[in-house]
Amino acid sequence: MSPAILLLLALGLGLAGWLAARARAWSFRRAMPDRRIASLPSYYGWYVALWVVIPAILFILAWGFIAPVLVTQSVLADPAAAHLPVFGLQRETILAEARAVASGAANGVFNPLARELVEPYRAALMRMNAIGIAATLVVAFLGGAWSFTRLRPDFRARTRVERIVMLILLLASLVAILTTLGIFLSLVFETIRFFGMIDPISFLFGTHWGPDPMSSVEAADPSRFGAIPLFWGTIYIGAIIAMVVAIPLGLMSAIYLTQYASPAWRKWLKPALEILAGVPTVVYGYFAALTIAPAIRDMAVSIGISNASSESALAAGLVMGVMIIPFVSSMADDSIAAVPQAMRDGSLAMGATTNETIRRVLVPAALPGIVAGVMLAISRAIGETMIVVMAAGYAAKLSGNPLEAMTTVTVQIVAMLTGEASFDHPATLSAFALGFVLFLVTLGLNIVALRVVKRFREAYE
Amino acid sequence: MSEAVLPTRTPAFEARIRKRYAAERRFKLAGLLSILFSIAVLAFLLVTMASNGISGFKRVELAVEIDFPEAGITGDPAVLAQPNAIQSLEAQGLPAVIEFYATKSLGEAGAQQINSEAWRDVAKMIIADPSILGSKSELMVPASHKLAAAYSGDGQVDLQPLANQLKAEGKLQKNFDFGFLSRSDATDPQLVGIWGALKGSMLTMLITLAFAFPIGVLAALYLEEYAPKNRWTDIIEVSINNLAAVPSIIFGLLGLAVFLTLFPSYRSAPLIGGLTLALMTMPVIVIAGRNAIKAVPPTIRDGALALGASPIQVVFHHVLPLALPGILTGTIIGMARALGETAPALMIGMRAFVATPPDGFTSPATLLPVQIFLWSDEIDRGFVERTSAAIIVLLMFLLVMNGLAIYLRNRFEKKW
Repeated sequence: MSPAILLLLALGLGLAGWLAARARAWSFRRAMPDRRIASLPSYYGWYVALWVVIPAILFILAWGFIAPVLVTQSVLADPAAAHLPVFGLQRETILAEARAVASGAANGVFNPLARELVEPYRAALMRMNAIGIAATLVVAFLGGAWSFTRLRPDFRARTRVERIVMLILLLASLVAILTTLGIFLSLVFETIRFFGMIDPISFLFGTHWGPDPMSSVEAADPSRFGAIPLFWGTIYIGAIIAMVVAIPLGLMSAIYLTQYASPAWRKWLKPALEILAGVPTVVYGYFAALTIAPAIRDMAVSIGISNASSESALAAGLVMGVMIIPFVSSMADDSIAAVPQAMRDGSLAMGATTNETIRRVLVPAALPGIVAGVMLAISRAIGETMIVVMAAGYAAKLSGNPLEAMTTVTVQIVAMLTGEASFDHPATLSAFALGFVLFLVTLGLNIVALRVVKRFREAYE
Repeated sequence: MSEAVLPTRTPAFEARIRKRYAAERRFKLAGLLSILFSIAVLAFLLVTMASNGISGFKRVELAVEIDFPEAGITGDPAVLAQPNAIQSLEAQGLPAVIEFYATKSLGEAGAQQINSEAWRDVAKMIIADPSILGSKSELMVPASHKLAAAYSGDGQVDLQPLANQLKAEGKLQKNFDFGFLSRSDATDPQLVGIWGALKGSMLTMLITLAFAFPIGVLAALYLEEYAPKNRWTDIIEVSINNLAAVPSIIFGLLGLAVFLTLFPSYRSAPLIGGLTLALMTMPVIVIAGRNAIKAVPPTIRDGALALGASPIQVVFHHVLPLALPGILTGTIIGMARALGETAPALMIGMRAFVATPPDGFTSPATLLPVQIFLWSDEIDRGFVERTSAAIIVLLMFLLVMNGLAIYLRNRFEKKW
């Protein structure tokens, strides 16, 4: 069953309710030409329409969760389901297969048991479809009828509608809190499960990373879950190599754009720089893996380093740094522009050259903003996934040699969750623990940076 | 009686000033160079992708002369118009016919190098233009990927002479492959296409837009116009600002932990992908929306209020229409970011091999960036070019979206 059909049904009924209620309001107006009715006729329409659509949508959402359960129950009650294996993955597979065929998603079945279940499934789906449509109609109709009977010439439809609209606006802005909460809870929940199997100390301070997704769940070896090499790789690539590229280049770009470039140049250079930020990270990753990493290896070999790897921290870090340049540059741009012109003029009037003014006056004055921008840039670099997945490699190493392959937190999250291990395995759950660490670190960097930016902005206003 | 005035411009002074001016020039040059470096990297990236990608839109094809009347393949227009026309041509023995004529025109060795799925392309040509059945005609069919590799100068060494010979005879050519835009993923670089991934991306973007845009705009309206200054509002604002900076892979973990637990049967479906990306895009739209709403001057609100409009009417009749171009610009930029996102999609299982384009919001799909990622893992040289071609398509889409955003900004930009 497609919820889209139910949704269209609800919207259609809402339209009918809108038209009916508006007509009703006009009839009030005609009946009493000398008195004004409390609201414009269209508000009567909106009032009834909202009362039709909102209960119906709530019902459809609830139905979306209940219906599959009911379908499965009624299929299991069917005699054909008696032969099913009692429990486990096989049973689920057979049911899923039968469901796919019955709903038209697949053409044939593989398992003979599933074939017998197709018909009961089809019947149950049909039944649930019919019940769903009927119930949606009933809910929508009840809502519409109740609200319709309340319509009177002195009924303040507009206030009611506006109250509902306010509620919807409030709910929309609560989605952000819900998302944050959802992220936090889902990460915490799985992390706690992980720490039930692996001791947090050996995770946070261990120096050997090599989870074996194929080992049995109970026999997980805590000494293989030491995340220090991942944290080091993340910091080395994202906060050191990438920033060595991004901070000077980004800062100098911002200075040139704000202080030296003529407006005509600026008009061309700034968007060109911004294109860099718009290129998808998978493209950068491909570029790093295909072009930059082999070039770096060849260069290393030519200067006599024979064991240079084709995946290297340097390749990933350099490309990531280039990706971050426009980000640093626009943050620096903003905070330099926020320095009062009088400070700049004062310095120039004392006879300082432009670059002396910039280095001794503008940059120190804008420093809090620049530092905040750099913190945001680091937070973005350590959360970046595709470039490191494609160019940095999977080998967890505690090494200072930028030519070696290194791995980061995000790479391991991808590796752990796209592997073959089951969902209860510590190797899979470790991805959530890593995600949680990443979330907390980036959150901390962001909060501090946003605070600094805010305080700094207010300083000159 | 005047005292001797020390000359100001002593040689030491001149030297200092020259040094300072030289420092000034160096500093300015460093600034210019750092911008030019970024732009040079960008240009290098684009040129690399373009030079690889152009040949990714082409494929190696063999010329085969087929005499359809002699082979006895007939095409009833009524049959060919049906959806199962390809099966009916297969039943008439089209694959065997092509094999026969391939041997005839290319010799035994050449015939083995016809792609095993070549007959499908011929069938599609027949369906597109049944008149070729009436006569003898030379058709270009895809070569096997081994021969294609030999054509480009790598791959198996023993195929090189054959490739060179066929090339010299003009029977082996590299032609523009229109099918690249209409086929889906495959294991053979000669047969892959990006339509499946493109369609998956479009369906996902539709879901993202359907959820992120209304929620984002309504939240922006609430925060900017109605929200009281209290702790709750502060919490909402902080969480929106933070969400905008949370790494995208974390959203993937959220999608995995929440959406896939709620809807386990919709793994790798555009619906789940779209919802995950919508949560990621929503804060971007809220922030852009708030700026656009803030830019509407208070006099508009005061005027409407003075004429008796209610606060809701002020916002929905006056403020929102005026802020809409700005909101749309922000939305398009947010959508462009979502279109290029790969990591969240990997988390929710959209990295599966999907050989048929998705036919709905709940069928398994892959996304354009994910397809690029999957192809980038293939070691076959043919996939390198195909990957670059897919990147070109992705960048084109982003270019169009950003162009639209810039157009909207310029078209509707108002000075109050």
